[in-house]
Amino acid sequence: MHSSIYLLLLIVVPLAGALGALLVRRTDGRAYALGVATAVVEMVLAVVVALLYNPHVKNAHTLDFATRHVVSAPFGLAYDVAVDGISLLMVVLTALVLLLALLGSRDKRRESAFVGWLLALTSFTMAAFLSHDVLEFFIFFELTLVPSYFIIAGWGGAQRARAALKFFIYTFSGSAFLFIGILYLGFAHQHQTTGVLTFSYSALQSTTMTHGTAVWLFIAFAIAFAVKSPIWPFHTWSPITYAEAPTGGSIELSALLAKLGSYGLLRFAVGLFPLALATARPVVLTLAVIGILYGSLIACATPDLKRLVAYSSVAQLGFITLGVMTGSKIAMVGAVLLMFNHGVITIGFFLIIGFIEQRRGSYQIRDLTGLQGPAPVMAALFTIVMMASIGLPGLSGFVSEYLILIGTFATHAWWGAVATTGVLAAAVYLLWAYQRVFHGRAESANASITDLNAKERWVLVPVVVLILALGVFPKPVLDRISPSVQVLIHHVAPAGVNK
Amino acid sequence: MNLLTATTLVVPSIDYLALLPVLTFFGASLVLLLMSALMNKKVSINWATGITVATGVATLVYAFFQWSSIAQHGSTTTVAHAIVLDGFSVVGNVVIAVSLILSTLVAHDWAKRERVAGADFHILALASSAGALLMVQANDLIVIFLGLEILSIGLYVLVGFDRHRATSAEAALKYFLLGGFASAIFIYGAALIYGATGSTNLSSISYFLGANVVLRPGLLYAGGALLLIGFAFKVAAVPFHAWSPDVYEGAPTPVTGVMASVVKVGAFAALLRVLISALGTQLDTWRPILFVLIILTCVVGASVALVQRNVKRLLAYSSINQAGFMLLGVWSGSARGVASTLFYVTTYAPVVVATFAVVTLIGGTGDELHSIDHYRGLARRQPWLGGALAVLLFSQLGAPLTVGFYAKYSVLAATIDSGGGALALVAILSAAIAAFFYLRWILALYGDDDVEGTRVRVPLFTGKVVAVGVVVAILFGVWPGPLATWCQHATMLFLP
Repeated sequence: MHSSIYLLLLIVVPLAGALGALLVRRTDGRAYALGVATAVVEMVLAVVVALLYNPHVKNAHTLDFATRHVVSAPFGLAYDVAVDGISLLMVVLTALVLLLALLGSRDKRRESAFVGWLLALTSFTMAAFLSHDVLEFFIFFELTLVPSYFIIAGWGGAQRARAALKFFIYTFSGSAFLFIGILYLGFAHQHQTTGVLTFSYSALQSTTMTHGTAVWLFIAFAIAFAVKSPIWPFHTWSPITYAEAPTGGSIELSALLAKLGSYGLLRFAVGLFPLALATARPVVLTLAVIGILYGSLIACATPDLKRLVAYSSVAQLGFITLGVMTGSKIAMVGAVLLMFNHGVITIGFFLIIGFIEQRRGSYQIRDLTGLQGPAPVMAALFTIVMMASIGLPGLSGFVSEYLILIGTFATHAWWGAVATTGVLAAAVYLLWAYQRVFHGRAESANASITDLNAKERWVLVPVVVLILALGVFPKPVLDRISPSVQVLIHHVAPAGVNK
Repeated sequence: MNLLTATTLVVPSIDYLALLPVLTFFGASLVLLLMSALMNKKVSINWATGITVATGVATLVYAFFQWSSIAQHGSTTTVAHAIVLDGFSVVGNVVIAVSLILSTLVAHDWAKRERVAGADFHILALASSAGALLMVQANDLIVIFLGLEILSIGLYVLVGFDRHRATSAEAALKYFLLGGFASAIFIYGAALIYGATGSTNLSSISYFLGANVVLRPGLLYAGGALLLIGFAFKVAAVPFHAWSPDVYEGAPTPVTGVMASVVKVGAFAALLRVLISALGTQLDTWRPILFVLIILTCVVGASVALVQRNVKRLLAYSSINQAGFMLLGVWSGSARGVASTLFYVTTYAPVVVATFAVVTLIGGTGDELHSIDHYRGLARRQPWLGGALAVLLFSQLGAPLTVGFYAKYSVLAATIDSGGGALALVAILSAAIAAFFYLRWILALYGDDDVEGTRVRVPLFTGKVVAVGVVVAILFGVWPGPLATWCQHATMLFLP
């Protein structure tokens, strides 16, 4: 067991950076420099944690860096953090998203505030992923709304006010169900045990409940996470929000915050209510498959590059949900890996689309043709990211989607069969969009755009490296995920499928 | 001979420590009144504010002694069991004193800006608050009524205080008429309860209902329902809320702050005492009524606020919505519920007074600029003022890391603990609706379309009040434990 100080630093460093960014002068680039420095420290910390993490099972759990301090007994409030194989990748992703969002999408309007909110958002998201206490998770889960709201409302596109409100209200309403569910669960546990109010995840896992209660609580939890993910039909806030948010915000929302939803679904909804799974599984799986098809179809039809990626995210999140819910170990491991891979791929997409927008001032596909000619490097990098998203063997997307699909076929063949068409559809809409944007003859404004400069290329290097590395050699990562998924399955198994 | 002994007056024993806050408030009010009457020129506003604040501070000092006395001797009653001194009343007194201090400081700057001379505001506010203190400590329906009337009569005048605006007088008339009705209904309810149980004393009512089965409970039910309506009017629960938006809008803004804080504390304290200590045995009877009231209050308060452009009306509906949440703790009927409502009221009062302090500032000379458009870009021009208002609004919205989150948490927890999961869900969903208008306001604060607008000068006292509100919102939002524990202890010392 390693010291929990690392995790505390992971939470506190960006928060301190945010305060620092607000204190330094606002005009010159000091806030930005401070933000980047903080992001680098955070990234180093995350990598250190990832390397130190010891996945061996101890006392039937795979937690490391764990600590628990009760903050306020009357509220059952505790600072309880730990890392296991499922949250480990999310920790790395959180740090990565911050670094690349800062480097790739500099926004010089009121920069110190922008950097401050971005750092605060990172701190809250990190804390949510590290929380091993349901109430603590909820608090940070809710807190992420505030910086996201200000980022969208302050730096977004023309309809930013509407997008920010829609985003906040949808997620806040979803969380309402989660909040009630958490409180109900806490009291159910309190009445069963010694009478101490606690929301510790490990303690709540042992709550006994009837099948009906489990189903209701699962629904309450799942609604919040379905909104956040988003899972069809709770996705309606996401396209406008992703499209209107500034590039940095879109990356944070889609690459990272969406994962809070699928992570919560896996860790809390599945982990706490195994009894409900038999009933809930077909419903959620069906919604996931509908989401895959729906997202793919709309992505085919949308005229806007940013929205295209947003809808493709709906489809990808459908795959993750599929993997999370099937109950097969392979698919769950694949889902955890896809959470990370989708994050990396989405960073790549939004960064490149942001670069295009900087040059052409538009996200509309019809405004863009033949960019391949004047900007070959951009086209090449876009191709790699796109191929990873489609699931080309040898790139990261393939590994995770493959794991999810074979797991699903083993347990829920029909759902797997329908979901597979989503892989084909991804190829259709992405290649078609690529064709329209990059192929053909570039004319007037399109012909005169500059290729990616050195800095922009360097920002995309980590994305490409991760896509290639995890496509060819995912073993070290899978070795860290598997034991934790195994522990979760072991807890869930008596009520579910075990393959 | 017999006649003579029967008419001998037995003077009840009086514990002056229990009565001290009420007496001090009345005393201060009288002193200011006499000063105004006897002095040739008007009383200097600095003196008036000084005396009012000193009165509030004195009450805070008494609270310390009262608390240690209760910790040693337990809860006591005095003046023939009509007045209680228990932990609950001490917390209530503290909140009222703090709210009055903060409101007075805001009113001080407001009066200077509006060139309102004299101590009229202070006299009335002190008298009203004395009524609220009386309600908090009352253990008898008659004393509650007395407190309610003292509280209200002062407020009727305060609402119509701004003679430059016709809306102020209109609001006062409206408040007076509807308030008069509510008081009449309340006292009628008290009479019916007396008829059913033979006493107006809360402890005696509770004892009677615990020892006897009421075979024909019609009188009791009717009485309880009428009392509930009287309270529902005072806390502005739907459908007895119609007065509140008009009165909030018409009243001078500092007075609105008093209404949203002091009145709520007094009314909720008395409501808790009547329903929990006196009618606790009738839980199953009044719960369904409250259930409906809460759902209506939460939902109507939140949804009607959506269409408001005037921030004072908006805050009126917002405080209706908040009242719905406070009622949740009452509904649960448990010790946890009482503690949670107490915690809610305690934390809401300073936050709402600070919010109205900002509204007073933006209202400008004449107290007229209350459209949400006047807030456009405020946080860009004045980051501290705008940021403070954003924090205060986030706290009322219930965002984590502000005290509003724990306030909502505790009432929802109490409700769920008493088996009201569905009720809690409706309430929290109404908070999601309410989030919409708070956020729209915050959005206006951070809008960048009017960055060049005029800056508002922040007077010293008002600035301090806003700072206190923000500190309460954030300090107890990060570290709610001690305050929550205090409220729990206070409830354990609840009588009986």
